Amino acid sequence: MSADRPWNERLGRSAVVIPYLWLLVFFAVPFLLVAKLSVSHTALAMPPYAPRLDPAQGIAGLKAFAHGLDLETYRRLAQDRLYLAAYLSSLAFAAVATSILLAIGYPMAYGIARSGPRLRPAMVMAVILPFWTSFLIRIYAWIAILKPAGLLNQALAALRLPTVTLLDTNAGVILGLVYAYLPFMVLPLYAVLERQDERLVEAALDLGCTPARAFWRVTFPLSLPGVAAGALLCFIPMVGEFVVPDLLGGSRTLMLGRTIWTEFFADRDWPAASAVAMVMLATLVTPILLFQRRRAEALP
Amino acid sequence: MTEPLVRFEGVSRRFGDVWAVRDVTLEIAEREFFALLGPSGCGKTTLLRMLAGFERPDAGRILIAGEDVTDLPPHRRPANMMFQSYALFPHLTVAQNVAFGLRAQGFGRAEAAARVEEMLALVRLEGLGGRKPDQLSGGQQQRAALARALAPRPKVLLLDEPMAALDRKLRQETQFELMALQERLGATFLIVTHDQDEAMITADRLAVMREGRIVQAGGPAEVYEHPVDRFVAGFLGEVNLFAREDGWIGVRPERMRLSREEPGAGEGLAGVVREAGYLGDRTIYVVDTAEGQIRASVASGNDAFGAGQAVWASFLPESAMRLAP
Repeated sequence: MSADRPWNERLGRSAVVIPYLWLLVFFAVPFLLVAKLSVSHTALAMPPYAPRLDPAQGIAGLKAFAHGLDLETYRRLAQDRLYLAAYLSSLAFAAVATSILLAIGYPMAYGIARSGPRLRPAMVMAVILPFWTSFLIRIYAWIAILKPAGLLNQALAALRLPTVTLLDTNAGVILGLVYAYLPFMVLPLYAVLERQDERLVEAALDLGCTPARAFWRVTFPLSLPGVAAGALLCFIPMVGEFVVPDLLGGSRTLMLGRTIWTEFFADRDWPAASAVAMVMLATLVTPILLFQRRRAEALP
Repeated sequence: MTEPLVRFEGVSRRFGDVWAVRDVTLEIAEREFFALLGPSGCGKTTLLRMLAGFERPDAGRILIAGEDVTDLPPHRRPANMMFQSYALFPHLTVAQNVAFGLRAQGFGRAEAAARVEEMLALVRLEGLGGRKPDQLSGGQQQRAALARALAPRPKVLLLDEPMAALDRKLRQETQFELMALQERLGATFLIVTHDQDEAMITADRLAVMREGRIVQAGGPAEVYEHPVDRFVAGFLGEVNLFAREDGWIGVRPERMRLSREEPGAGEGLAGVVREAGYLGDRTIYVVDTAEGQIRASVASGNDAFGAGQAVWASFLPESAMRLAP
């Protein structure tokens, strides 16, 4: 780089490095650490795993370290039905919650996108507003609402309706997931719907479609990228969600986030926890890559 | 005149405090190529959108083929629109776009496919039916939009600034193609444009709009030769204005005569040529006179004038158009 380049150009060039640096520090390094942990063994030590790399022994130490790594934890994972059950259960929770989110989020996003220019910013703000409060506190608040003598049941009793048990149940977890992830569904859908050319719907009406048909033949197909983005944005983190099932779920609620937590902190089995996380990552990365590829193909 | 195909009866539309269209009464005959002409914001597009059903009149009624369609939603009106932006469905192929209105009308699969082929051939897009709109050039997109709007055989085709996005050369070709198409189909076309050449070339009749009202309607030659006021005279071509005791008169540049000698006592206007623009067959002269700057469009010939030359400008009495202010 020559010294006579303008300073802003030099800055611009070096700025390219920043995202890569970010990815390296906050994604690649932690990922490699977890990957390494997943092929280690538990040990009665601090930290509780082996082998450990001893830099003082040089090449020989590296060889000994490499020999100590194997896929034993993954074998254990495959044999233990509990892990498989946790995977399937997590995927089921995420799938059900994603479907409900779509059913609620799409009409919301559509309504916001079609509302007047003065009302729209206020409605978008209302969707974003909950982010200003701690996530943990908001989920705690749901305990107060859902507990047997909580706000919900008090309200139901006041209306002389039968009370419901939602806290510590799977239904409570679904409710919590839907509540927590709604903005992640609404915002990408809104972004797509708001950008859509109104003339397209007019053209469909003009060509003889009823408003409902125009929606299904034009608006909805053109919003599919937003549907995919919203679904992935919700589904993926929900599979590994820990706070919601831990606070709102019952003792029998089986989700991966809790499994990982239990392996780490209760069983002190760091390799097992890491292996569970690695398998989860592999399961989730595949649909993302497929989605990205389709999007890349769709672009001219 | 037989019963008109389209009839606006005292139609008005207000947006907030502004009257976009004000008490418009207009009739369009069957098989007519009609142009709504006016500057932007004159209400011509609102009038078109009310006919399509996208806007509801605040007053008045709209009839198509004798049927009152004022309260009908767009999908139940026998009119199809070609949008200025084309509004082709980006997720569908060209053929699917053209078939769109046919499916909604309950065409069978084979029947629709045949009509699509026919329409694509009509607009010279044969073989491009499998493409997506973004794989077409601007001119091809325009023709695809035209085919889509024509496919359901609407009683009246509405064209909203259909050539605004085309370059000049393509625009002229397309104007003649549109006319040929309209004649071949025996269809009724209603075009909205701010381009007076486009309206004059394509239309059998036109209406000049200003501030929500129709100022004048008639055949292109009629409106050009006998404009009712200064606005129409100036909007449809160029005009030299002369103040007279009892109002204004206008003379088209091609009706102005220039000579070296005074044409007759009191008949000429002395002036000096400021600029001469040679256009091949014609030369445009800008002449400074006591009554202001005038323009004369004279057939090029031996008798050419140069800048700075003293000339006499005159016109025949029958060339003078009496104009309301």
